[in-house]
Amino acid sequence: MSVVLRLDRLTKNFPAGLFGWKKQRALDEVSFELSRGEVFGLLGPNGAGKTTTLKLITGLLRPTSGHVTVFGGVPGDRAARAALGFLPEHPVFYDHLTAEELLAYFAGLCGISGADRTRRVGQVLDDVGLGDARRRPMRQYSKGMLQRVGLAQALINEPALVILDEPMSGLDPIGRREVRELILKLRDASRTVLFSSHILSDAETLCSRVAILARGRLMASGAVGDLTAGKVGGWEVIGANLSPAAVAALQPRTMRATRIAHGRYTFELREGERPEPFIAAMTELGGGLVSASPTRATLEDVFVEQVS
Amino acid sequence: MTRVRLVAWHVFKESVRDRVLFAIAGFALILVAASVLIGQITAGQDVKIIKDIGLATLELAGVLMAVFIGVGLVAREIERRSVYALLAKPVHRWEFVVGKFAGLVGTITVNLLLMTLALFLLLAWIEWKMPDLALFKAVILILAELALLTAVALFFSTFSSSGILSAGLTLGVFVVGLFSEDLRGFSGIVSSEMLASVVRAIGVIVPAFSAFDIKADVVNGRPPVPWAYVAMTVAYAACYAGALVGGAVAIFSRREFK
Repeated sequence: MSVVLRLDRLTKNFPAGLFGWKKQRALDEVSFELSRGEVFGLLGPNGAGKTTTLKLITGLLRPTSGHVTVFGGVPGDRAARAALGFLPEHPVFYDHLTAEELLAYFAGLCGISGADRTRRVGQVLDDVGLGDARRRPMRQYSKGMLQRVGLAQALINEPALVILDEPMSGLDPIGRREVRELILKLRDASRTVLFSSHILSDAETLCSRVAILARGRLMASGAVGDLTAGKVGGWEVIGANLSPAAVAALQPRTMRATRIAHGRYTFELREGERPEPFIAAMTELGGGLVSASPTRATLEDVFVEQVS
Repeated sequence: MTRVRLVAWHVFKESVRDRVLFAIAGFALILVAASVLIGQITAGQDVKIIKDIGLATLELAGVLMAVFIGVGLVAREIERRSVYALLAKPVHRWEFVVGKFAGLVGTITVNLLLMTLALFLLLAWIEWKMPDLALFKAVILILAELALLTAVALFFSTFSSSGILSAGLTLGVFVVGLFSEDLRGFSGIVSSEMLASVVRAIGVIVPAFSAFDIKADVVNGRPPVPWAYVAMTVAYAACYAGALVGGAVAIFSRREFK
């Protein structure tokens, strides 16, 4: 697969202190690459360096050291930018323009003109669900609608690489689902999508690969399945007909015991402990086995482990 | 040049829908109309008063537009993060800056022409004859002055993150520029040679906005203002504005967006 984007030991320092003589490291030797058609999630808590990474890729910031290569060129290249779409975090556009006018303006900057421009503007506005509001001034838009305009402008030039900074921000559950579907549509059309997010469930559903950043460092990266495989590996046992005395006796052998209904409990066993001895003890105390299943680590578990 | 034209057209469209512009233009038209009333309480000087107040109003309204819209041209785009999306498009930063400048100068030109038309119609109605076309010389120089002031505002807005600071700096340069001729002759007033040199240097560096003020000469008709003076002053404004826009491009091209 062809490499669309490559980050090689990318580092960014910002001046800090009263006179800017001190340096604050926002990004520390981060490296990863994206191939064509991938959906890649950049995850991390606030201040992890996600937005800085995206700004370095789009040429809004210059690296202190290291390199970014977009379609084989440097980020500022006009050719690279012609094949790129970028949604900044919390965008606010021009109050007195309509979404249609804004998109026509941005399409023009991308070199799209005439009937092609009209067709493209209509199409992306429909794609992001703003078809009915296209002629309303944007000062009347809600935060979620502005986010959709931001998405629409990022897609106006049919970019091969779409970079989205917190694309779900400000959207309601329906809006989030629509954006998820849009990202999947882009993936199906062999577009490459790189997005930053706090919402791990979205990353888990959408991404072929993720990178976890914390304090400017790349803590982990890879396929979601690879990152979660082999983690935790505990068991969950559900028992019935358990008296309070039986639960009290069993509880010390578990990480957690949760009451589901009268006499019915879920027990999370400690990491590495097999379920058979626990089930035997539970049966001896008069309880019955409902189910026993292995627990799989989620991306959230990996995330918490890496950033804490 | 297509992209410069697109950015300029966008600035024009945004500006003409902005309430600030309507407020300034409305205020100017009211002042021009009020000059009729003021003219009536003066003895036989009504036309002269209307010309004086009318031209001063055109200039004042233009200065307000250039400063208050000009300082926000780039700064507001950064504040709203719209510049991030825009600069990720295949547009050069110089195209963005030059387009912004051209758009605001275009907006001010259209407004100034409309206000000039209103002033000429008013004079034609009062005098019942074609107004003196020498007034055009003053209007041309006001326009050149405003283009230069827009370049000053744009220059400050490319590196200052505060709109108030940019507006303060632009107005400061404008006021100092209005006295530039006096500053250049400061050595005749003070005894300290060093102080005189510093003030003289400021008088030379800042744009000579005083050179654009020919309102009184045009209204009185004495001394007549030659077209050569108008052409030279416009050329001066074009060179100075060109240098400032060049500076703004150089700064903006190096700027990072944290």
